[in-house]
Amino acid sequence: MAIQRKANVHILDGNQAAAIAAMMSRVQVIAAYPITPQTPLTEQLSRYVEQGELQAEYVAVESEHSAMAVCTSASLVGARTFTATSSHGLAYMHEMLHWAAGARLPIVLACVNRAIGAPWNVLNDQQDSISQRDTGWIQIYCRNNQEIMDTIIQAYRIAEQVFVPVMVCYDGYILSHTEMPVDVPIQEEVDRYLPSYQPHTVLDPANPKNYNLVTLANPRVGVDGKLCHGYMELRYLLQEALQNSKEVIVKSGKEFNQLFGRDYANVFWEDRNEDAEITIVAMGSLAMEAIVAADMLREQGIKVGVLGLRVFRPFPKSEVVQALRKSKLIVVFDKNISYGSEGATCSEIKSALYGTYINAAIRNFIVGLGGRDIKARELVEATKKAIASLKETVVNPDYPEWICEI
Amino acid sequence: MKANAVNLIEQEWILPGNRTCPGCALSLAYRHTLKALEGQCIVTVPASCATVLHGMYPITAVNVPCVNTPFASTGASATGLVAGLKALGKKGITVLAFAGDGGTHDIGIQSLSGAAERQMDFIYICYDNEGYMNTGNQRSGSTPLGAVSGTTPILGKQQYQKDITAIMEAHGIPYVATCSASYPLDLYEKVKKARTIEGTRFLHVHTPCPPGWLFPFSDTIKFGEMAVETGLVVLYEIENGIFRLTSHSESMALRGGNLQPVREYFISQGRFKTITEEQIDELQDWVNARWKHCLHRATNL
Repeated sequence: MAIQRKANVHILDGNQAAAIAAMMSRVQVIAAYPITPQTPLTEQLSRYVEQGELQAEYVAVESEHSAMAVCTSASLVGARTFTATSSHGLAYMHEMLHWAAGARLPIVLACVNRAIGAPWNVLNDQQDSISQRDTGWIQIYCRNNQEIMDTIIQAYRIAEQVFVPVMVCYDGYILSHTEMPVDVPIQEEVDRYLPSYQPHTVLDPANPKNYNLVTLANPRVGVDGKLCHGYMELRYLLQEALQNSKEVIVKSGKEFNQLFGRDYANVFWEDRNEDAEITIVAMGSLAMEAIVAADMLREQGIKVGVLGLRVFRPFPKSEVVQALRKSKLIVVFDKNISYGSEGATCSEIKSALYGTYINAAIRNFIVGLGGRDIKARELVEATKKAIASLKETVVNPDYPEWICEI
Repeated sequence: MKANAVNLIEQEWILPGNRTCPGCALSLAYRHTLKALEGQCIVTVPASCATVLHGMYPITAVNVPCVNTPFASTGASATGLVAGLKALGKKGITVLAFAGDGGTHDIGIQSLSGAAERQMDFIYICYDNEGYMNTGNQRSGSTPLGAVSGTTPILGKQQYQKDITAIMEAHGIPYVATCSASYPLDLYEKVKKARTIEGTRFLHVHTPCPPGWLFPFSDTIKFGEMAVETGLVVLYEIENGIFRLTSHSESMALRGGNLQPVREYFISQGRFKTITEEQIDELQDWVNARWKHCLHRATNL
């Protein structure tokens, strides 16, 4: 049940919403390197710090690799840390992303989704964050600027409970540079929602510990005779933490609703899926476009629903199966491509449905790479094409179709 | 009071039985560094021989808090420790970055340069064994001219060492010094001084490596001393731009400034087995010119 509270609506772009959310989360160390389209976010944070509105150390690092290294080490002395990047910056950070997750540090990163070169392109797709899928981070995608604000605040609550870093992803320009109304919470509410960071390890000369030591594959006995985990056990625990984080994500979303009146007790968004025979799947702002497409298809008498993916890691397999149980056709639109295979979210959907009673046809379309405009009518046409293809003998083709001029 | 072997603090922060090779100069340098800091530090260590020294989970040979960090990130990791401590209002803890020459001259130079330019408040110590010794001796930016390594196997290295200390001095940081593991008390004094200074402090430590340089395990100190006596390594410090020779380099300068010829140093190490007489002459000229420059620059002679 939503509580009664006065709305405090501001017109904000996505980067402004992210900056306010980081400030309200009382981050203590920020390290970032400018990259389009993330730049206004990091400029805004440095302004908050220089103006004294935010009591934090702002480190203008010389690279994204260093940005994440600052965050990992600052986190290990007990500071709440934040960084933001896009595209090449995220790719450059790749090694450190593994270290953040491997060391179980609850860092929050805003990824302003942008295409990756070569060739150069500064506009939106999701190839950057999808390419970091297997680094052990939780990934949550936003559909609009309100979700950016709310998700960053929730991300700290999630990360600091499960000790897994969280990547909050939102589409470059489409959200980062587009203004829309955002209900901004008041600081006291956020403080009530977010207790201060309680680290699992604090580096301190009074109690010296050596962190991230060389660790053998097998468990090893310590000087006290106690058997300690090997590398493989530590990896299992990270996987287990991600698997179990789904519960914490949903719980944190529910608790958010109790304080702020916006419900996030979900791992994805559904629109008219209850009676749908056809489900469109999309992630990020594309999920909003898919709703418009569903409107148009419904007007033509086609029973279409939308599944807007929110949590991509951990992938909510059982929930997806439940949501798609009535679908006869699943049309997956991906703003990324796993070269030589298909869109990443399509693979996830197929994997989730394997071994269940659902035997829906699945069609995958690659759309919107490098900021290519995606019109709702194109989603409609693609969906109709998918419907027409049901007459073919192959239920699920090996490769996706592309909406482009080839 | 100047440190000597008798009044040196007795407490140890490196425990006996660590995993370094016999005759390793690195453990000697690290031991005196931690003594000078009295253990009141947080260390960051990239992939290097120091990682090996630190041990294997769950057992460590080091009794100070430490984070192991990826190869390229040492300067940034130290920055993060400093920023985190500052944000939390924790005072009185020195942040120490302890990296090898590969991690400093080569892959780590970006994050170190960035941190020094930002004047981050930490001590960075580069222990220089003149190659990628942890991976079995490959050429680094600090491998000397003429040295054979895993990646200069036949001809030996064809280039000079990168002068990392000069590069760090060019960052305008408040304290830069060179040291040798063979002169641990000089190192100790320098770390003690660096501890009291605010900003980025950089120390370069020459650490002879028996298995990499191919000399007997018992000769580590001898080769470190020879490097100083020949002027291949000059011990100095630059505090706020003021250049001083120290320790044995200072006494050599005061005693007339004569250097031992470099030849013996080269021909007695296996890694220089293919060095030519022309290269030795070239190196001798280079050493003489640099020594002259140091004598000219020193303010304490």
